Formats: sequence, C-alpha cells, structure tokens
Amino acid sequence: MSGVELKGVQKVYPNGAKAIHGVDMKISDGEMIVFVGPSGCGKSTLLRMIAGLETITEGEISIGGKSVNNVSPSERDVAMVFQNYALYPHMTVRGNMSYGLKNRGIDKATIEKKVGEAAKMLKIDSFLDRQPNQLSGGQRQRVAMGRAIVRDPKVFLFDEPLSNLDAKLRVQMRIEIKRLQRRMKVTSVYVTHDQTEAMTLADRLAVINEGRVEQMGAPMELYSNPRTLFVASFIGAPQINLVPVRHDGSSLIAGALTLSGFPDLPRDADMMLGIRPDMLKRDDAGQCEVRVDLVEQHGGENLIYGALTGATLADGEEQEICVKAGQDLLPAHGENLRFSFDPASAFVFDRATGERLL
Amino acid sequence: MKRVQFEHSPIPYLFVAPQIIIILVFFIWPAAQAVYQSFLLEDAWGLSSQFVWFKNYVDTIGSSSWLQAAGFTIIFSTLVTFLSLSIALLLAVKANEVIHGASTYKTLLMWAYAIAPPVAGLMGNLMFSPLIGDLYKFMNFIGFDFDHKLDPFDAGFVVVLISVWKQVSVNFIFFLSGLQGIPKSVNEAAVMDCRSPTRRFWTITFPLLAPTTFFLMVINITYAFFETFGIIDTTTRGAPGGATNTLVFKVFQDGFRGADIGGSSAQSVVLMLMVLALTVIQFRFIERKIHY
Repeated sequence: MSGVELKGVQKVYPNGAKAIHGVDMKISDGEMIVFVGPSGCGKSTLLRMIAGLETITEGEISIGGKSVNNVSPSERDVAMVFQNYALYPHMTVRGNMSYGLKNRGIDKATIEKKVGEAAKMLKIDSFLDRQPNQLSGGQRQRVAMGRAIVRDPKVFLFDEPLSNLDAKLRVQMRIEIKRLQRRMKVTSVYVTHDQTEAMTLADRLAVINEGRVEQMGAPMELYSNPRTLFVASFIGAPQINLVPVRHDGSSLIAGALTLSGFPDLPRDADMMLGIRPDMLKRDDAGQCEVRVDLVEQHGGENLIYGALTGATLADGEEQEICVKAGQDLLPAHGENLRFSFDPASAFVFDRATGERLL
Repeated sequence: MKRVQFEHSPIPYLFVAPQIIIILVFFIWPAAQAVYQSFLLEDAWGLSSQFVWFKNYVDTIGSSSWLQAAGFTIIFSTLVTFLSLSIALLLAVKANEVIHGASTYKTLLMWAYAIAPPVAGLMGNLMFSPLIGDLYKFMNFIGFDFDHKLDPFDAGFVVVLISVWKQVSVNFIFFLSGLQGIPKSVNEAAVMDCRSPTRRFWTITFPLLAPTTFFLMVINITYAFFETFGIIDTTTRGAPGGATNTLVFKVFQDGFRGADIGGSSAQSVVLMLMVLALTVIQFRFIERKIHY
C-alpha cells in the first residue's frame, strides 16, 4: 500500500508569497498522476513538497498511510527524476545508480544485481562504466531513470523529465515511461506543462492553476467535461475556440451572430462559449460561417484557421476560430465555409468566475 | 622563388610591447642576473668578483642554516596551505547555507582579502606585543608559557596564524563561488539519495569542488613560499635564531643584509628550481585525479 494523500496542503514562502492554496488529493497505489499547468502555477512546488525538498507550511502529506511531514527526503522512500537529470558528474553511470543504495547500507552483491537489472531494462548496460559527460541527452535521461528505479521506491516523482530532449526522443521516452510505469506498478507523480504529455501519460490528471487544483480526473473526462474555463482552454490541442456571448432569453448572441438551441441561461451576463475545433462539422446549413485565413495540413487532418463571420469582438477585432477537418477539406484563402455544431456538446462558462454553466 | 607574404602592420607589436618589456626587465633580466651571480664570489663591497662555478651552491645548500630554512618552509607551507584551505572551505560551506543576511556574512568574511601581507604582519605585531598584545596576554592567561621572541615554536605559531588569517578570505571567495557553481538539482538529488550531510559533503560536494581546491592549492603554496615574506619581515624577521626563516626570506637576508650576493643568488636559483618541480608535480600527478 503506497498511495499518496495530500490534506489541506499549503505553501507560503517566507516573503509572504503563497504558492499552494490548500490542495487535497488522494493518489491510489500504482496510479500515475500528472500535474499539469502553466509555468509558475505551483505544480513543481507541489511535487517538491511530496519529495521533501520544500517544507510544508500547512496541511499534511502522507505516503503509504504514514505522515511524512517531518521525514527527511531520503527516508520518504521516494525517487525523483529531475528535468536536467542531476546526475553526479564525477561518478560513472554505475556509481550514479548505486550511490543511493550504498548510502542505505545495502550489500554489494544486491546492488550489483539491481543495477544490472535496471540497466538492462533501460538498455544502458553497455555504458555502465562511462561518465555522464560522455553520454547523449537521451542516455542521461535513462541513467536518471535508472537511478530512480534501482531504489525500489514507493513513489516515483518526475519533474518535467522530458523537456530537455528533442521532439522525437521525447515521444519515444514518453511511451517508454508509460510502459515502465505499467510494468512496475509504482505510484507515480509526473509534472509537465505539455498537455499532450499529460493526456497520454496520466491515469488521472490534475490541472493546476495559481496554486489550486482546478480539476482532477481521467484525461478524457477533463477533455469532454471541463469544470472551468481554465481547464477547457488548457486541455486539448489545438486549443478550444472561445467566443464571448450573451443570452437574450431565447438564444446566445455573439456580436451580430445568433446561436439557438441553448437552454435558459442568465440574461445579459458575460459568458464564454467554448467549442472544440473537432466539434465543428462542415454543413452548408450550419450556424457559423467562417472566412478562411489559412489552412495547416497535418497529414491526416487539416486545421482551418479563420474569422467567425458576424461575431465581432468589443474592440472591433474579428473573432478567430479554428476548425479541425479531414485532409480532403482544403479551402482557399478568403473562402467562406459554413459549419455546424451540436449545442449540447458545447460548453458555456461564466466569464468572470470561469465556472461552467452548461 | 615564391614566397607568401602577408601584410604586417607594426601596431600589434606596439600593443604587446609594454608587456614584453615588463617581462624582460622585471623577470628575465633579474633571473638571468641571479643565475650569473650565483657563479660569482664577490667581496663585501662589490669591488671585485671571481668566477667560482658551483662553490656558492655547495656552500649555501650544504649549510645547516639553509637546511633549517628549507625544513621550516616545508612545514610552514604545508600548515598554511592546509589550514587556510580547510578553514575557508568550512566557512564557505556554512556561509552558503545561510539564508538570512547572507550577503552581510559573505562580505564580512571576504573583508581581510584587501589587506596587504605587511599590514597583516603589523597587526599581528600589535596583537602579539608583550606589552599591549591581547593575544599575547591571552595565550599566557590560558596557561601557555608563550613568548614568540624566544621560543621557535611560538614564533612559528605567530607567523602561521597571521599567514592563514590573511589567506582564508581569498580561499573563501573561490570556494563560495565553487559551491554556487554546483547545480542545485545535483544537491537535491544527493539529499534524496543520502541522509547524512557529512557523507553527502565528502561524496558529492567535495569531489565537485576538486578543481577549485586544486587551483587554490597551487595559489596557496605559492603564497606560503613567496608572499608571506611581508608577514615574516614585519613580525619575526626569521627570529629566534633563524627558526622562522623561509627560503625566500633567507635569500633576502643573506643577499641584502649579509651582502652575500653570490650565495643568495644560488639560493634563489635553487628556489626557482624547487617551485618549478613542485608545479610540474602538481599538474602531472594531482590534476589527473580531478574531474572537471
């Protein structure tokens, strides 16, 4: 049993800055949780608090049912993979991997065996006697993972481990991390600002914004049922289309555009209509007309960017909109196309509070 | 007859000239003079001289006073280097952990850096003065029969203390910047891997500081050999009975006070060779074991 529980966890820095505003969370045994959010939202701070590298101002963190508030990082039985790998530059790969075990007084034969197994699993067994500066970025990343794996920790902590790798390697390692985690069934907390990484890795996702957990749940749940404007706009690529609207009693009004089919909503309140790019379907009788600006061809799909006709913003700017369409829909610049969407699948948010209304 | 000719402007030579002149006048020429003089025997008034081959070398290096000075220099340099490095390292590690008022701490610890060795010596003189010296009184108060004017050990203690004190701040600055050069995440990884801070220091921090330590060791040995001249000259002047003569101070004593130009030149040539050998050893053998 090695779940992690956070109860009313807060972090206030000595200068009074509040980084974490009371987080409650239950991570069950063997689960992979991803903290995702923009930079400076407190996701790394939260992870470092679980690791013991930051003190806990208020609240309690427990690992495996035991409070670890006053337990030193090395005795929390957690292992961390750092963004810049944080390998010990003066030690060989073998030295790096066995350092933590040696300090725990584990006998040489066991260390040798564990290092060997982990190295094999990560395919780094051929350069165990090299120094970190003789390795490539991807290899260093593996060594950092190996150093965490040999410890047999209760919890793995990942602090943006892939952000120093190139795009191709990042995708590869992402899949490998997922496989490893499945195989080892170790509770893991993974921090990233990359929403694709978050969606693909997580069993459950915690979207963090300004020191608060905005929403927590399975990736698809957050995608199709976001609770706040922030979650809706953070999850999903390309980003959700947001159109400022009002409700006149019967339909939604966006500039000169009238969108019907919505149930009763507070009258004349400032609201935000959220439509995911893939919800818009080509339809000559559709509610929205889009003047095409440019088309991005991604191979299997085309992303059509343009202006939503009629929906002019308060400052006179045109409302931008993005549509995800099949590869065969390739309109020219300036062409007008009509799209429709199902009002039941769209989201409506209160603009001021960010709360979901519909 | 083909010859590649590049257009040369004389201006670059002009720029290097001051440096070249300084090296020639203040280094090459005196060094050549010293080598030349070391083969001459000169009368005390400098009126006549005689070429004597290696007699000066045999005479001075074989003498008990030179051996005494050599012995003292080795002990003195070892002590000064070791103590000033270890004290500075301790202070740097502790100051690096300070969070509140960190810059005040650091500034105070660096302060002594600006003091010239003779001034440090004069301050030491005051503190160890038998009449008004607080340290002199303190040493006697706690039960030492302390008198650096008479006791070789006490005299050695005084020069070592002042030399170390003067050098700690220099080492402190370098160690502190070395410590700050260790990535934060490496320290954090170590915190998660190793519980004992002492063990962490010796297995992670100290090896990562090795390049700094090596550099400082070279600097400190040079300091103990040469720059401490000012401290010795203002405090003990080699007394009592030559017990605190370093090799450099003896060169000065014999040459300028004893008017034995040939002998002191021979000593300085030997000294030059010793330092050369030391440098070669340092770079050849110690540097190999250091991870940069």
